[in-house]
Amino acid sequence: MADAGMLRFHVPEPEVRPGGTPDFSNVSIPKAGSVPRPKIDVDPRDIRDLAFSIIRVLNRAGEAVGPWAGLLSDEELLEGLRHMMTLRSFDARMQMAQRQGKTSFYMQHLGEEAVSCAFRKALSRGDMNFPTYRQAGLLIADGYPMVTMMNQIYSNEADPLKGRQLPIMYSSKEHGFFSISGNLATQYIQAVGWAMASAISNDQKIAAAWIGDGSTAESDFHSALVFASTYKAPVVLNVVNNQWAISTFQGIARGGSGTFAARGLGFGIPSLRVDGNDYLAVHAVAKWAAERARSNLGPTLVEYVTYRVGAHSSSDDPSAYRPKAESDAWPLGDPIVRLKNHLIQRGVWSDERHAQAEAEILDTVISAQREAERHGTLHAGGKPSARDMFEGVYAEMPPHLRRQRQHAGV
Amino acid sequence: MPRRTMIEAIRDAMDVSMARDERVIVFGEDVGFFGGVFRCTQGLQAKYGKSRCFDAPISESGIVGAAIGMAAYGLKPCVEVQFADYVYPAYDQIVSEAARLRYRSNGDFTCPIVVRMPTGGGIFGGQTHSQSPEALFTHVSGLKVVVPSNPHDAKGLLIASIEDPDPVIFLEPKRLYNGPFDGHHERPVTPWSKHELGEVADGHYTVPLGKAVIRRPGAAVTVLAYGTMVYVAQAAAEETGIDAEIIDLRTLLPLDLETIVASVNKTGRCVIVHEATLTSGFGAELSALVQESCFYHLEAPVARVTGWDTPYPHAQEWDYFPGPARLGRALVETVEA
Repeated sequence: MADAGMLRFHVPEPEVRPGGTPDFSNVSIPKAGSVPRPKIDVDPRDIRDLAFSIIRVLNRAGEAVGPWAGLLSDEELLEGLRHMMTLRSFDARMQMAQRQGKTSFYMQHLGEEAVSCAFRKALSRGDMNFPTYRQAGLLIADGYPMVTMMNQIYSNEADPLKGRQLPIMYSSKEHGFFSISGNLATQYIQAVGWAMASAISNDQKIAAAWIGDGSTAESDFHSALVFASTYKAPVVLNVVNNQWAISTFQGIARGGSGTFAARGLGFGIPSLRVDGNDYLAVHAVAKWAAERARSNLGPTLVEYVTYRVGAHSSSDDPSAYRPKAESDAWPLGDPIVRLKNHLIQRGVWSDERHAQAEAEILDTVISAQREAERHGTLHAGGKPSARDMFEGVYAEMPPHLRRQRQHAGV
Repeated sequence: MPRRTMIEAIRDAMDVSMARDERVIVFGEDVGFFGGVFRCTQGLQAKYGKSRCFDAPISESGIVGAAIGMAAYGLKPCVEVQFADYVYPAYDQIVSEAARLRYRSNGDFTCPIVVRMPTGGGIFGGQTHSQSPEALFTHVSGLKVVVPSNPHDAKGLLIASIEDPDPVIFLEPKRLYNGPFDGHHERPVTPWSKHELGEVADGHYTVPLGKAVIRRPGAAVTVLAYGTMVYVAQAAAEETGIDAEIIDLRTLLPLDLETIVASVNKTGRCVIVHEATLTSGFGAELSALVQESCFYHLEAPVARVTGWDTPYPHAQEWDYFPGPARLGRALVETVEA
């Protein structure tokens, strides 16, 4: 036997670090329209290649091509564009509000707007999302009031969560948006449990689980896939691969596995990869997976290939770990620009109307912000009472909390 | 009245609850077809079907995480962790999610789940079949923590826990499953059929959460106990002849402080006993509360008799387990102090 020599420890590294030239030449991008659209009752074993490809609809010319195209009307696409633009505008204002000290913290969706906005439109009322902190598009696209979102961000007197939660940890049962937790991946298995409950109750509702690339390394990701597979739960298991987990590139979580979608294959779960910056592709794949779930065909895993253009959060500076212009080099471009170009190509939109829409949306966001700020910001104006702090720990306040509330004098 | 073992009482509680409310779902490892490694769920799958009682993958975080999702949907899952020693993979789900869901969502979502788990030692279970992790849960805001000591209470407390709108950690002292145990391991075990607390009524009844009960009235010293230690305390009182007032706490969180304070103010002395390790154990909380609430009535330091601060050993079982001799010495010292 040959002498293997001493063992060497392997730690994956991203291709480029700050100061280097962004390089995505290793990211293989199939042509738009080139990936087939299987029937929803396909045998998962027959579509294993979809876990290693990327489903895309919009081509370079802005045309919608291939078998995943053609699901959405002009009106629906214009509405989708508006949702994405609203989310981006909302993000920019709230990021600024954080810088102005009106709140403690914010996280943007820059570059990932298509994922949550398009996905929401594939669900029905009553379905439940179990989102992470980077899917506020689910709320925007469902018509959840921006003022209420801002009230939560400001922890003001009108905050629906009474100032108990860190900014952006929204909750809305009514809008199918499960309460966000700071603990990563926990909601992934909860989504599966919710879906199991819907099946146990012979309901018709489905669940959607959400996780980022980095958090797939958490054990709850694994338990969710086991439970979803075992009980054929009506759930769409979404993995948003934006290439970064704070400073850690996706290769650290992905390891030697070809893709995050490929993780689903070992569980017998049909797994698809989709261009996360292509509104039409995201919607089409989400619709496919939702139909599968609703038809009792079980879970689907979907990996959205996208790029986190912004900083991880308002507390992060990405220039410390990745090239500044890396997002410009991202081969899948910008989701808003791509849908805009498609709508122009379709003859229902123009640069002028886009600029006008941008201005209108900004006005709407600013007036929502004014209204929210009338209820206070984190350090000024109306705020939740200290009494609210003691409520809601239990359905009924137990004696020890009652004593503590009295002790606090509130 | 029919007599039941604690196992039968617990099974009956789930049976009654499942019959009354179709939202009650029971699952866990080996819980379905086989009926549980301790037989606590025997027959439930046959009676209620696989969608009400089923086997789960070996994944504690999966079991509790799925239960939380089900509760958010509107079901009332009563899940089993095979041994309390194996709850740690689910700790994140319990602490970060179940306990806080109501609070963080301002009641938008709630988590009415019960997590049942066999707890405690005295069975040569070694390090991973003997632990008493209750203090890891009593430290968590938003949880309720229950430890029954007999079949009657086990059934009533479990039904109350299933009906409770908040998440409940339900710790079942497995040493008490088949009969009371006072720490005299050299003697044969008396079955519950020979014990008055083995009388378990048919049908629905509850024992309220948050209410302690005095098992033995006394004047000389208050003993705060729960689970197996209730019987150890009774034996210690009998063997030392000390007129101890023994309180079975039943619910650790929320705690029945009123009953404790009334008793200690009367006796002026307090001994706390639990199987769990000493340092930062639940006894520390009890001791602090007694000291704060009864300082001017106390005639002796509050004593704690507990497991040692070591992992639970195998061969040294009876050197570790706080039996009646060790508790008896503490009673004598406290009364004579």
